[in-house]
Amino acid sequence: MSYLEYNTKYVPTGLRKVLHLNWAIILLLIAVASAGFLMLYSVAGGSMTPWVEPQMQRFALGMVLMLVVAMVPIWFWRNMAFLAYGGSLVLLLGVEFFGEVRMGAQRWIDLGFMRLQPSELMKITLVMFLAAYYDWLPNKKTSHPLWVVVPVVIIVVPTLLVLRQPDLGTALLLLIGGATVMFLAGVHWAYFATVGGGGIAAVVAALQSRGTPWQLLQDYQYRRIDTFLDPANDPLGAGYHITQAKIALGSGGWTGRGFMQGTQSRLNFLPEKHTDFIFTTLAEEFGFVGAFTLLVLYLLIVVFCIISAMGNRDRFASLLTLGVAMTFFLFFAVNMAMVMGLAPVVGVPLPLVSYGGSAMLVLLVAFGLVQSAHIHRPR
Amino acid sequence: MKRAPKDVVAGARTVSRRALVVGGLQLGVVGALGWRMQSLQVEQADQFRLLAEENRINIRLLPPSRGLIFDRNGIPIAANEQNYRVVMVREDAGDVGEVLAKLTEIVEIDPRDLARAMEEMRRRSPFVPVTIADRLSWEDVAQINLNTPALPGIQAEVGLSRVYPWGADLAHVVGYVGPVSDYDLSRIDDPDPLLQIPKFQIGKTGAENRLERTLRGTAGTRRIEVNAAGRIMRELDRKEGDPGKDVQLTLDSRLQSYVQARLDNESAGAVVIDLENGDLRAIASAPAFDPNLFVRGISVADWTALNQDKYRPLAAKAVQGTYPPGSTFKMVTVLAAMEAGFVTPDETVYCPGYTDVFNIRFHCWKRGGHGNINLHESLKQSCDCYYYEIAQRVGIDKMAEMARKLGLGVRHDLPLSAVAEGLAPDKEWKARVRGEEWRIGDTVNASIGQGYVLSSPLQLAVMTARLATGRVVTPRLIRLIDGVEQPSGLGESLGLNENTLRRIRASMEDVCNHRRGTAYGSRIIDEAHKMAGKTGTSQVRRITPEERAAGVVRNEDLPWERRDHALFVGYAPYDNPRYAVSVVVEHGGGGSAAAAPIARDILLQAQYGGPPPLEAYPAAVRDRIAEQQRRIEARVPQGATGRSRV
Repeated sequence: MSYLEYNTKYVPTGLRKVLHLNWAIILLLIAVASAGFLMLYSVAGGSMTPWVEPQMQRFALGMVLMLVVAMVPIWFWRNMAFLAYGGSLVLLLGVEFFGEVRMGAQRWIDLGFMRLQPSELMKITLVMFLAAYYDWLPNKKTSHPLWVVVPVVIIVVPTLLVLRQPDLGTALLLLIGGATVMFLAGVHWAYFATVGGGGIAAVVAALQSRGTPWQLLQDYQYRRIDTFLDPANDPLGAGYHITQAKIALGSGGWTGRGFMQGTQSRLNFLPEKHTDFIFTTLAEEFGFVGAFTLLVLYLLIVVFCIISAMGNRDRFASLLTLGVAMTFFLFFAVNMAMVMGLAPVVGVPLPLVSYGGSAMLVLLVAFGLVQSAHIHRPR
Repeated sequence: MKRAPKDVVAGARTVSRRALVVGGLQLGVVGALGWRMQSLQVEQADQFRLLAEENRINIRLLPPSRGLIFDRNGIPIAANEQNYRVVMVREDAGDVGEVLAKLTEIVEIDPRDLARAMEEMRRRSPFVPVTIADRLSWEDVAQINLNTPALPGIQAEVGLSRVYPWGADLAHVVGYVGPVSDYDLSRIDDPDPLLQIPKFQIGKTGAENRLERTLRGTAGTRRIEVNAAGRIMRELDRKEGDPGKDVQLTLDSRLQSYVQARLDNESAGAVVIDLENGDLRAIASAPAFDPNLFVRGISVADWTALNQDKYRPLAAKAVQGTYPPGSTFKMVTVLAAMEAGFVTPDETVYCPGYTDVFNIRFHCWKRGGHGNINLHESLKQSCDCYYYEIAQRVGIDKMAEMARKLGLGVRHDLPLSAVAEGLAPDKEWKARVRGEEWRIGDTVNASIGQGYVLSSPLQLAVMTARLATGRVVTPRLIRLIDGVEQPSGLGESLGLNENTLRRIRASMEDVCNHRRGTAYGSRIIDEAHKMAGKTGTSQVRRITPEERAAGVVRNEDLPWERRDHALFVGYAPYDNPRYAVSVVVEHGGGGSAAAAPIARDILLQAQYGGPPPLEAYPAAVRDRIAEQQRRIEARVPQGATGRSRV
C-alpha cells in the first residue's frame, strides 16, 4: 500500500500530528528512562556525574530525534529502508577495518563527536528493511522458497559481521528480530520448524567443535556458556558476575534496601554496575516490587506497540512497529534473564536504563518510527 | 506496487494473528522472568541477604598486647617495645621508584628489604600498605615525618614488639617469642583465630611458651565494610580484645643477673630457693643467649654459633640438665637407712679406703681410708665406704623412695620448657627399662649418687630445701597472675624424724665450717649468714683398675668433657635457713673447689640482697673476692638497651 492509496484527508498534518502521537508509549519511555536516571545516580554514590548528566542529555536528544522522526510520514521511511540498511552494513564493514577495540571487542567506530556502534543501528535498520521487503512482496509469494532465501540473506550477512566483532548477544538479537519479522509477515510455519531444528543442531555442533581446529565460537564465548550452565563452578572467576548479581538481587527481598542503600552494587562487587548489570542495583534497592514494576512497564511498552500495529492496515507500518517492539523486548528480556542467571552473560544492555549513548539514541529513533507509523496510519 | 484491497486486508489479518502469537510468547517470557524474580527476591531472599552480608563485611582481628612479665620486685623482664616501621601505599605514591629513592636518601634501608617490598607491592593491590622497613629508630621516624610532603604514600606506623631488657640473664626462664609457624600450628591444638594472623608472635620456649594462653590475651575484632577488591570503605564497629594478663615471677632479677655473672665462663646451672614459700629466686644456666636475637629473627651465623657451642648455651641446664648427684646424694642414703633403723647416728663403720662387694672393689675417694667413721664424720669428710656399707643394709628401693620424697627423680611442675624428671632408680625401674635384674653393685654405686642416679640442679635445690626445713617445699616460679597470688610452695612436714634431720644438718654445717670439712675453704665467717652444705664430685668416666694402679689422672690433665662434674648443695643461715642453693658446674672438677665458692657467693648475695661486705669472707680470700665483685659490678647485662619500653 503506497502513500498514494492513503486517504490523505484523514492523515493529520502540521502540528496537529502532535495530538496524534502515541502518548502512552512516550510516557512509558519517560518513566523507564527516569528509573534509569535514579539508578545511575545511586551507583555513582549519589552523584549526577559521571553518568546521570550525560545520560539525561542523550535522552533529551533522543526524545527530540524521536519527535522529528515521528513527524516525517511513514512512507518516506519505507522508501529510506534500503538506504538505511545499506548504510548500516557499510558501517559494520567499517568497524571491521577501522573499528576501535574496546573491552576485547571491536564494536565501535569513532565519529569524532561520539562513538557509534553500527551493530545497534543495524538492529533497527534490519527490521525496517525486512518490513519494507514484505510490504513490497505480494502476499502469495511470502512462503515461496526463493522469496524466503532473500530475507534470510538480508538477516545473515549483518549477523555474521556482528559475530565476527565478536558480539554474540547482538548477533542473536539480529537473528531473532529478523526471524520475528519474517514470521509476522506470514512465512510458513514449516520454515521456522526446520530452522529451529537446524539451530539446535548448530548449537550442538558449536559445542562439539570446542577445542578442534574448526572451533566455531571464541574461547570466551564457550567460557560464558560454561559459566551460565554452572556459575558455582568458579565463583571468583568467570561465574563471579552471575553469582554476585544473584546475591545482589536476592538480598533486595520484597521491598529492597531502599534508594541508595544497596551494598552489593555500590561496593563494586558487581561488574559493569552502570551498564549491563544496572538491573541488579534496581532490584537490590527497590526489591521485588521495584523490579517487577519495571518489568511491567517494559511489557506495557511492547503491548501498546502491538495494539498500535494491530490497528494499522499499512503492512510496512505494522511490521515495523512489531519488529521494533520485538527488538525492544529482546533487549530487556535477555538482559534480565542474563542478570537473573537464566541466560548466559552476552552483553546486552537494559534498554533506556543502562548507561550508553548509541543504544539509547537508536532505540528512541526506532520509537520515532513507531510513532510515525501510528500518526500516519491509514484511517 | 499496488495491491488489491482484498490482499491488504488478508495481509493485515495475518500480521495481527501472528502478532498475537508473538505477543503470547513474549507474555510467557515475561511470566518466566517475573517468576524467577519472585523466586530470587522473595523465596530465597534470606539466604541471599546472608551471602550479601558476608560479601560486604570483613572481620579483621585486632591483636591484643601481650602480657608483661615482671620479677618479684616489679622489674619488667619481658616487655613490649614500640616498634616503628615505614609502610608504603602504592596508589598514593605515584612513581614508586622515585619515592623509594628519596626515602633511601633519608634513612638507611637494607637493599634486600627494599627488593622484597617492591616485589610484594607488585603482587598486592595498589591500596594495600606494604612494609618497607622495620625497627626504625625514633630519629629515622622523625626524619620521615619531617619529609612527608616529599614522600607521597609513605607512612610511619607504630607497633609493639617483645623485648627482654635483661637479655641473656633470664633467657632460659623467660624464653622468647617468635612468629607462629606451620610447625607450631600442626603441633598445638588451639583454635584461637589470632594464630592465623601471619607472623603473629607466640611464646616459643620457657615461660613465654608455657604461659602462652595467659600472656596472649584475646583478640579484638574490627568489622569493616569492604568492596569486591578488598578495599576498606569504612569501619562498622570495633570491639577491643582483652590484653594478655601480666605475670609476676618469683625470680629476683638482680640476684639472677648476679648468679648468671658468677657462672660466667663455666658450663653450669644454679638454683636458689626461698625456704619461706618455695619461691625460686634464681634459676641460672650458663652460658646463655640473648633472646632478643630470636624475636628479631636470628641470623644463620648466630644460630650456628649457638648450636655448635660445646657449652650448649641453648640448654636450660638448671632445670633440664641431669647429672649424677655424686656425694650430694649421701644425705638421701643415710636418711633412708636411719629412717628404716638400719643404722644409728653414732654407729661407726670401718673405712680401709675401699669396699669389696662380691669380688668387685669399690674405692673411697681417700686412698688411705678414713678408719672408723660415724654419720657425722662421714658426711663432713664425704667418706664413701660408710655409704657403701649402709646402702647394702637398707637396699635400693628404700633409698629411691627417700629420694623421691626429697624431690629427686620426680618432675617438678614449673612453667618452663623441658623440666627434667631425673632418675631415682629402683629394682622395678631397671627390670622395666633395662630388662635386667638389679645388682648389689648398682646399690653401692647409687649410695654415693653415681651409677643410674640422675638429678637436675633444680631437684638438688628442692632436696636441700626439704632437708633444711623438714617440710615439703615445692618450687614456685609464678607469684602473681593478673594480680592473683599463686599458692605458696611451703607444704606439710615430710614426716621424718626431726632428730635425724638435726644430726644431718649439723654434719652439713661442719662440711662448711669445720676445719676438716670438704667445703671449709668456702665458709662464710659472718655469724648471722653462715652456710651449711654438701660437696659433690661426680665421675663421668669409669676409672679402670689399671688406671687406678698407675695413679688416677688429675682432672686438670683430662680433656674438658671427661672431667668430673662439680656439685654443691647448701643453705643459709645454717641455724635459721632462709635460702637453699644448688650449683652444678659441668666438668668443673671437684665440688669443693669449683662449686662451693659459687654457692657461697650466691648465698651471701641472696642474704644481703646485694653485694655482701668483704667482712663476711675469710680474711685470706678477701682480695680475690673484692676483685671478683668489681668484675661482676662492671658487667652490663647483655641485651639491655636504653630504648623506650611500654
